This record gives sequence, structure tokens and C-alpha cells, in this order.
Amino acid sequence: MANWVPLWLHRLGSPPVFYRFAGIVRPWALGLALVLGAAALYGGLFIAPADYQQGDAYRIIFIHVPSAWMSLFIYGVMAVAAFIGLVWRIKLAETVAMESAPIGAAFTLITLVTGSLWGKPMWGTWWTWDARLTSELVLLFIYFGIVGLYHSFEDRRQGARAAAFLVLVGAVNVPIVHFSVNWWNTLHQGSTVRLLGPSHIVASMLWPLLTMMAATKCYYIASLFGRVRADLIASEGGKAWVRDIALADDREAA
Amino acid sequence: MTPGTTTAACAALLRRDLLLAWRRRGDIAMPVLYAVIVTTLFPFALGPEPALLARIAGGVVFVTVVLAILLSLDNLFRGDIEDGSMELLMLAPQPLALLVGTKILAHWITSSVPLIVVAPVLASMLKLPVPAVPVLVVVLLLSTPLLCLLGAVLVALTAGSRRSGMLLALMLLPLCVPVVIFAAGAVAAAQEGLPWIAPVAWLGAGLVLTLVLAPLASAAALRIAMDT
Repeated sequence: MANWVPLWLHRLGSPPVFYRFAGIVRPWALGLALVLGAAALYGGLFIAPADYQQGDAYRIIFIHVPSAWMSLFIYGVMAVAAFIGLVWRIKLAETVAMESAPIGAAFTLITLVTGSLWGKPMWGTWWTWDARLTSELVLLFIYFGIVGLYHSFEDRRQGARAAAFLVLVGAVNVPIVHFSVNWWNTLHQGSTVRLLGPSHIVASMLWPLLTMMAATKCYYIASLFGRVRADLIASEGGKAWVRDIALADDREAA
Repeated sequence: MTPGTTTAACAALLRRDLLLAWRRRGDIAMPVLYAVIVTTLFPFALGPEPALLARIAGGVVFVTVVLAILLSLDNLFRGDIEDGSMELLMLAPQPLALLVGTKILAHWITSSVPLIVVAPVLASMLKLPVPAVPVLVVVLLLSTPLLCLLGAVLVALTAGSRRSGMLLALMLLPLCVPVVIFAAGAVAAAQEGLPWIAPVAWLGAGLVLTLVLAPLASAAALRIAMDT
């Protein structure tokens, strides 16, 4: 392994080490997600002022936008993990990629549904075939395809490799979703929150948005770690470390 | 042609695939019959009013061709995997990407060219205006190889597994969306008398890109899926 990779990162690639690490981190991530989420919702629903055009109906933005960010962010994490899994055949990378897919699909679905609920009063329609909405729907289908392909193989690792390949093929859609509002004439508004440069949004609306972004990221970590732990137990079932954990649980229960 | 060279190998593979398809030439008629039947369902479903049919004709014919290609994609690698020739091809000294590209070419000739030949008939059944029909043929000439190439990558991924039909559709159709948008857009523009060359140029660009990348991706996907 390359010398610049720190030892603790390399150790995390081992299933029993990651299982223990994830078990420690998960409750904290979940707690942080709940606290930050509550703070963001309070700030968004009660503190932030009403929009001059949309009134109070705009407040769904505090669910819609962080979910949309997560749908793309999770795909990015999946693509990196898929690449590592395909190139270096690291089992944990394959597991992370495959267990992220349902979470990403859920966030994409939430984005589409909340967007639809927002669109009905604002645009007068539940749906429109503009570039942003269509490419996000295509992203949802790609997520479903990845989950479907992974589960259609009998050999778990071979299925993970095939699905990882599909993740990389579908990754071309992520920049399309992000830049669709710049490249095409869309009904969906352009970006107001910027990474580099000033954001075109008032501070009292910006901080709940960013807090909810942090909350969803913590939730993703908590959910992912829980799923990966379950997957590791299932796939490594015959190994000694799993047997030790099962016996330890039995002893505690007894 | 010197035997053992890459050209000879690809030529031999092409001749073999075309010969095998010719020996089951009844199977070549299947996608065509499917396309005809599906196209005739639309006037039954929507009513025979010519104005309505003319509006949807280009899109319906194109989507029908896409679905027919989707259904016939399964045969691309299945025969070779079942009789073991795929493993021989993967062990061959010639680059697998070129051999896979040749297989896709043979598949395109046997499955898509009959569809392109019959497409003007389908279009006139749905009352597509005559000026738009050549544009439809051009669009099909560019988009059917594009779909075969994209489909080959995904069929290669599901190569080993048995129940792949619906899954292939689920994976392929999201990636076909840009092709459908540009192709149907070109035909619709031609129907209105507007310039149609821009979406056709996009299709051409996509075809060139896929022509280079898809055989490489299919070869990689085959190695992943066949690596038992």
C-alpha cells in the first residue's frame, strides 16, 4: 500500500476494525443529526422571515434543498467507493458503495416529492419536464438500477463489482443535474447558494439551510454505518470475529 | 488476409455472427414484427384521427424502435456465453474491445437495419408528414448504433445472471433519455419545417463518443461479469 496512506485509514479497511469503529461513531452521528436537524427546523420554520413573493410556502426549501444536495453528494461518495472497489478490490469500499445506494435513492425520492409539493402552489403544476427535474428523475432510476443489478447476482462480491461499474457509468448524470439550470432554459430556479463567492440569500435563511445540510450528512453517516455493519456481519458470517461477537452477545444475554 | 492478425480475427468473427444469424433468419423478423404490432396498437388506443397521429408519429416510432432494440439486446452475448465461445474470445490475443465491437456491429446489422428499413412504413401508418420521413431515417441511422453500443455495456454487466430482461430495461432506459430527446426533437423540428440539423449533430457526436468508449467499457464489464 502507498506510504502516504495513514495507518489508521488502512486499518479501517479491515471489517472487524471498521465494525467496531462504526459501532462507536454511529450513535453520536445519529444524535448530532437529530440535534442539528431540530435546530435547522426551528430556525427555518420559526426564525427565518417569510419570503416576499412566496410567503410561508417557501419553507419546504429547508427539506428540499438539503435532500437534493445529499442525493448528489451520496452519488459522489458512491462513485469514489466504487472506483476504489473496482481498482483495488477492497471489500469495504464495495460494501460502502452498495449500502449507500438505497440511502441516496431515498434522498432523491424526498427531493422529487418535496419539489412536487412546492411546485403545485408556486408553479401551478405537480410536475414539468424541464432539465433539472428530468435529470433528477433519471438519477432516481439510475439508483434503482444499481440496487437492482447488485441484488440480481448470486455472488455478492461479483454483484458489487458489476454494480460499481454501473455507478461509474451513471456518474455522468451528476454534473448534468448540477449544471442543468445553467445549460438549459429551465422552470427550476438557478443556484443561489454558492460554495465560492457570496450567496444570494439572506443570512437568516442561509444558516438553517446549512445546518440542515450538516444534519443530513450526519444522518447519512449514521445510516450508512448501521447498514455497513449489518452487511459485514452477513457477508463475513463464517469468520472468527463475527463468531466472537455473536458469542459475546449470547453471554451478555445469558 | 493473413490469419491471426486483428483484422482477420474481426472479419472472421463478423462472418461467424452474420452466418449464425442467417441460419436463424426467422429470428431477424421478430423485432420487426414486434415494432409493427406495437405501432398498430396506437391508432387502436388513441383513435384514428390523422392530426393526432401525425403529432405523435415520430416519437412513437422512435420509442418502439428503442424497445425493439432493448428486447433483442439479450441475444448479443447470450449465445456465446452458453456455448463457451465467450470465454475463448476473452482469452484471444486480439483486444477484447475490438472483438466486442465487431459483435455489436453484427448485432446492429441483424437487428437494427431491418427496423430502419421498416420505419418509414411504420411512420406512414401513423401519418407522419412525408418531409419528416427522411429525417426519421437519418435519426435512426445515427441513434440505433448508439443504442446498441450503450446496451452492449449494460448487457455485458448482466452477462452471467439469468433474470436480466426487466433489469436491463431499468438500467438502459435512463441512459437512453438524451438519445430519445434529441432524436424525437429532430423529427418534430422537421415536421414543423424548422431546422433539424442541431439535434442530429448532437446524435452524431454522441455516436462518435460511444463508438470509441462503449467497446472498451463492454469489454471491462464482460471481464467483471464473467469473472466467476
